[in-house]
Amino acid sequence: MLTLDFAFLTPQVLSSYVLKGFVFSLQLTAIAMLGGIALGTVLALMRLSSKPWLTLPAAAYVNTMRSIPLVMVILWFFLLIPLAIGRPLGAEMSAIITFTLFEAAYYSEIMRAGIQSIPRGQVAAGYALGMRYGQTMGLVVLPQAFRNMLPVLLTQTIILFQDTSLVYAIGAYDLLKGFEIAGKNFNRPVETYLVAAVLYFVISFSLSMLVRRLQQRIAIIR
Amino acid sequence: MSTWDWQVFCKDTIDGEIVPRCFGSAGDITYLDWLLSAWGWTLSVSLLALLVALLLGSIMGILRTAPHRGWVLLGNAWTELFRNIPLLVQIFLWYHVVPALIPPLRGVPSFLLVVLGLGLFTSARISEQVRAGIQSLTGGQRMAGLAMGFTLPQTYRYVLLPMAFRIVIPPLTSESMNIVKNSAVAFAVSISELTLFALQAQEETARGIEIYLAVTGLYFVSAFALNRVFHFVEQRVRVPGMIGGGT
Repeated sequence: MLTLDFAFLTPQVLSSYVLKGFVFSLQLTAIAMLGGIALGTVLALMRLSSKPWLTLPAAAYVNTMRSIPLVMVILWFFLLIPLAIGRPLGAEMSAIITFTLFEAAYYSEIMRAGIQSIPRGQVAAGYALGMRYGQTMGLVVLPQAFRNMLPVLLTQTIILFQDTSLVYAIGAYDLLKGFEIAGKNFNRPVETYLVAAVLYFVISFSLSMLVRRLQQRIAIIR
Repeated sequence: MSTWDWQVFCKDTIDGEIVPRCFGSAGDITYLDWLLSAWGWTLSVSLLALLVALLLGSIMGILRTAPHRGWVLLGNAWTELFRNIPLLVQIFLWYHVVPALIPPLRGVPSFLLVVLGLGLFTSARISEQVRAGIQSLTGGQRMAGLAMGFTLPQTYRYVLLPMAFRIVIPPLTSESMNIVKNSAVAFAVSISELTLFALQAQEETARGIEIYLAVTGLYFVSAFALNRVFHFVEQRVRVPGMIGGGT
């Protein structure tokens, strides 16, 4: 029976091995969330337009991204980006681009559902007031869609945070990697994987509790 | 990289010579042989994990709707535990931590550990759907069952579950496709499945695009095949006149 010993995980060890990875995981989550929601909203608007030359590419993009394992998408971008720009790109930068583009597909499905949940009359009212398409969407439809979908968007972000651990495939230095390297250097892999799991759990669980409370508050006001 | 080179799959994995007919013989394997065996591993991991996930997910989902606080708590704790830890971390826990803490599990092949890891991870999602399916039935169904003199297990078996499972087939379909996609993390613990093949064959042959296209295509085919199977089941078991049951 192996005895667990967490004594080696001093604040110094944590800050020199884990902190850098933690910061990267949070950065990756934040950038992919903001970029993904922005791009996803554009994709959703394209899919809901009446012009086939906008609908078809957006649908193809979203469906392709959603039917490939994320690990393979990470590997694809890591292979293709250097070919496209003609020079190698670091694993971290490659991960940021990949996650933004990948999550955009998932966020776009959420935004599409959000936009479709707004009654048609709202759009008609916007046009009747003399607003143009951009104004109707930007001032009337999107703010409401965004608000209705906020809990779902945040839940997707929690999934995104968990999925950032998959940058393992291209060796980027994230939270999990930090723990793994600490575990290798101190020959205590069992303890470091356990602590990593607890940390991921605490963060994801408390965030999902917050989302649940937010959902209740929004539901009451609506 | 400007031209395609699909002959890469006909190359021998040891000496890189192109083998006629593309399949190796006498113990030598080509990249095509390797690709197909990797596909086999992906399918085995996915299907076995799906079995584990359906079984445990259903049990936990049912417990979460039971009229006993302890069972509900157990089901909820199970779901939160397996839903809030990243899949890759869970796989590492099964591979590195569980055998170290529980000595009898030390000899278990990593293939089975990955099946358990992926299965339990997915069971949390399935329990959520089964619970929602049961709760979507009107409360009168449960009361009617009990009022007819059924015991609680009989009420579930003959009244609630037959309808609840029909209702949750569509979300279970997408979960089954997710399991194929998620099985890709098995590469991290050296299961020789499609993603590990992609990584290693890309490195050895430098024909990444051809290799990745083949692997991505096989993932797509596998997930789509499962989709059709579930669709077939959905058609077979539909109840005429019910929601989604057609006419």
